Amino acid sequence: MSELFSLTVLTGIAYSGIRLATPYLFAALGEMFAQRSGVVNLGVEGIMLMGAFTAFAMATWTGNLWFALFCAAFIGLLMGLAMSFISVNMQAEQGISGIGMHLFGLGLSSLLFTKFLGSTKAITGFQPIKIPLLGDIPVIGEIFFNHNILVYLAFLLVPIAVWVLNKTTLGLKIRAVGVKPEAADSLGVSVSKIRYLCVSFGGVMAGIAGASLTLALINLFQENMTSGIGFIAVALVYFGGWTPVGVTLGALLFSLVNALQLWIQVLDKDKVIPSDFALMMPYVLTIAVLAFGKRTNQPAALTKPFDRGSH
Amino acid sequence: MAHGSKLMALNSQRMSILLPTGQPRIESMRMINITKRFPGVLANDKVNFDVKAGEIHALLGENGAGKSTLMRQLGGLYRPDGGEIHLDGKPVQFKSPADSIQRGIGMIHQHFMLVPTLTVAENVALGLPSSRGLQLDLDKVSQKIEKLAQRYGLKIHPDAYVWQLSVGEQQRVEIMKALYRGAALLALDEPTAVLTPQEVDDLFKVLRGMAADGHALIFISHKLHEIIDISHRVTVMRDSKVVATHPTAGSTKTQLAREMVGREVILQYDKTPYKPGAAMLRIEDLVVMGDRGQKAVHDVSLIVREGEIFGIAGVSGNGQRELAEALTGLRPVQTGRVVVAGQELTHAKPAQRIAAGQSAIPEERMREGVVKEFSVSENLILQDHGHEPYSRNIFLNFDAIAKESKRLIDEFRVKTPSAETPIKNLSGGNIQKVIMAREINRKPRVLICAQPTRGVDIGASEYIHQRLLEQRSAGTATLLISEDLDELLALSDRIAVMFDGKIMSIIDRDKATVERLGLLMAGVKA
Ligand SMILES: Nc1ncnc2c1ncn2[C@@H]1O[C@H](COP(=O)(O)OP(=O)(O)O)[C@@H](O)[C@H]1O
Ligand SMILES: [Mg+2]
Repeated sequence: MSELFSLTVLTGIAYSGIRLATPYLFAALGEMFAQRSGVVNLGVEGIMLMGAFTAFAMATWTGNLWFALFCAAFIGLLMGLAMSFISVNMQAEQGISGIGMHLFGLGLSSLLFTKFLGSTKAITGFQPIKIPLLGDIPVIGEIFFNHNILVYLAFLLVPIAVWVLNKTTLGLKIRAVGVKPEAADSLGVSVSKIRYLCVSFGGVMAGIAGASLTLALINLFQENMTSGIGFIAVALVYFGGWTPVGVTLGALLFSLVNALQLWIQVLDKDKVIPSDFALMMPYVLTIAVLAFGKRTNQPAALTKPFDRGSH
Repeated sequence: MAHGSKLMALNSQRMSILLPTGQPRIESMRMINITKRFPGVLANDKVNFDVKAGEIHALLGENGAGKSTLMRQLGGLYRPDGGEIHLDGKPVQFKSPADSIQRGIGMIHQHFMLVPTLTVAENVALGLPSSRGLQLDLDKVSQKIEKLAQRYGLKIHPDAYVWQLSVGEQQRVEIMKALYRGAALLALDEPTAVLTPQEVDDLFKVLRGMAADGHALIFISHKLHEIIDISHRVTVMRDSKVVATHPTAGSTKTQLAREMVGREVILQYDKTPYKPGAAMLRIEDLVVMGDRGQKAVHDVSLIVREGEIFGIAGVSGNGQRELAEALTGLRPVQTGRVVVAGQELTHAKPAQRIAAGQSAIPEERMREGVVKEFSVSENLILQDHGHEPYSRNIFLNFDAIAKESKRLIDEFRVKTPSAETPIKNLSGGNIQKVIMAREINRKPRVLICAQPTRGVDIGASEYIHQRLLEQRSAGTATLLISEDLDELLALSDRIAVMFDGKIMSIIDRDKATVERLGLLMAGVKA
């Protein structure tokens, strides 16, 4: 167990932590936009599964990873649009419809997988790209600048999200619609459009998050392979206080715990720590965070459908 | 073609006189035969209403008369089922709020349309294009806000968050939003409902300044003295119709009240002489915590005597709600004592208080006063169902309940289709009458009465006031918590003003004036 604290292992944990943060980041940042506009999409996990399957199938059939990624994003868009329609037009109970969306994605991805692919070989996913100069710095270079393209994109999304939310007219509309939709409406801002946009964007991001599993992290598809990442992403939005930076810190915390847990399983050959316990760690952390976290920043109109009344 | 119509619009703009904000004036706005139906309700029935540049036109009417509905059609929130809206003689159609804003119409809604988590500048900029394309230009917005603020005497900090602002300040932000968007016509829906008298004065100064500059203003209220004070013309609505339009000059309160209610209304009550008896409610050094853990009620001491109405004035949020909740057993008392009719009840449960002879008319009438889903008659016996005549042993006596509810419904003139109607289907005034009937029927020695006529129409208010005065003559000690100074002045024998959880001063009725109370409500010790 003492190897756990060697430089190589610590570097390894940090490296995997950042790498594993990719699906959390895509999914949680997308979900954050949906929630800032006032819609909770609990179906992220289902969309991720469909994204993961679509990307894997397309990569297997065409060998084109970017095309596979695009298809996953497109499936995410369709499911995001469906979720928008259900919550904006049908004004459904968002918790329930989200669970429905999850079960739909879970069932359909498993069905399509057994029907069209069954057991298959791993694909060759996105390969690590070493950034010139920066990648050569000892330790730092190894941890930060030797990742696949999706990792860089996920982290690039963070400053973009900060900018869009806080510095643009669109961001202002999103922030208003999630807190007081009737105020935005009275100024001619279309609450429906903003919510459609945000929830659909969340869907696209969830699709890409799923694709990042099959195209960059695991390179395989298995039934229910997301095993809760989508739900944790929803929890991360709460954890991060509905801000991009908070969500990112949360995602990193979770992925680091995950990486630690993986390394413990590898290194702890005498099973001092039961492996089930290690596996539980991220989930226990989720519950702890939700139980003790503050909710002061929660958008006031979260989960509340908007209806101006009769026209 | 689109190009041509744009050019025409530009030409007509160039010909019209501009406001100091740079926008063309709206010389006249006419709403003609406006009809609007909601499922089961005819809210506007062939309503005619107009306003001119430089004019303040008041729209007066009871709750439910249809005033807000009429304004929401002008604001593009609802579409009329019939009738036309003309601007400067030309018919226009507003398909959305954006349409109406773009035509120079500004709306200040009864419930503020502000996003509390955003700053003043962000609230103003919301929905507007930016000079920097996608990126916000809040610095420029702030500059323009400050310029407009100076011209119209609106004290505003562009960088303050709206949740930090007082109600009066929030209202200035609403006016700013309209001015910033170039509103040439501004409609204000009950803008004074939540203001202190001084804030009302400030608002009126701003409105007069705007009218003098050539804005057209619509001012909605059901407070008669405000309408006489501010408006040039007044239109009265009753039961979704316009019943009168005339110049305000020369109109009296009595006349306006008659037009609004449709019958003679008593504005001045006959009070029996003030003969206070023994101390019935004694509050000593009371401290009660608010929801955020702050001291909401801060060392409050007062005594209410038999045959006295003791008024508590104050802007909402200064501890009145917490005080009432502590006195009715809904909120724990931190320190201090409450004695009712000689019995210490500081920490007593609601039922013990009722047994000691205390009744209460709660502020949150839908939440704390009634059970929404229950019928009128069930609500009438809510706390008394456990004893005679309503029940014997464990059985309810339905005959007695039916007889008693019928008597109370008649006596208190509750307008309801039947005693079995769910109470949530009644209007605010009638729900309040049901609560009054139940609480007064108990012949209380102490009555805690919070905001008894908020949201209640004049007719029902008048009735509720008469019943409170009857209780006073019968010897009940009443604590009357109200934000309506007219109500306090009409009923109370003594008035305490609460500010920031403390009692600023206790004044005898004959020494109390609106100005004096207003200063105390704003925290200024006279
Ligand atoms: N969105 C709505 N849906 C159904 N009924 C409504 C709606 N808005 C108003 N009403 C009804 O229309 C009538 C007029 O209401 P309103 O215009 O708000 O009156 P006022 O502003 O004069 O108090 C009331 O009976 C009210 O219940
Ligand atoms: Mg109204």
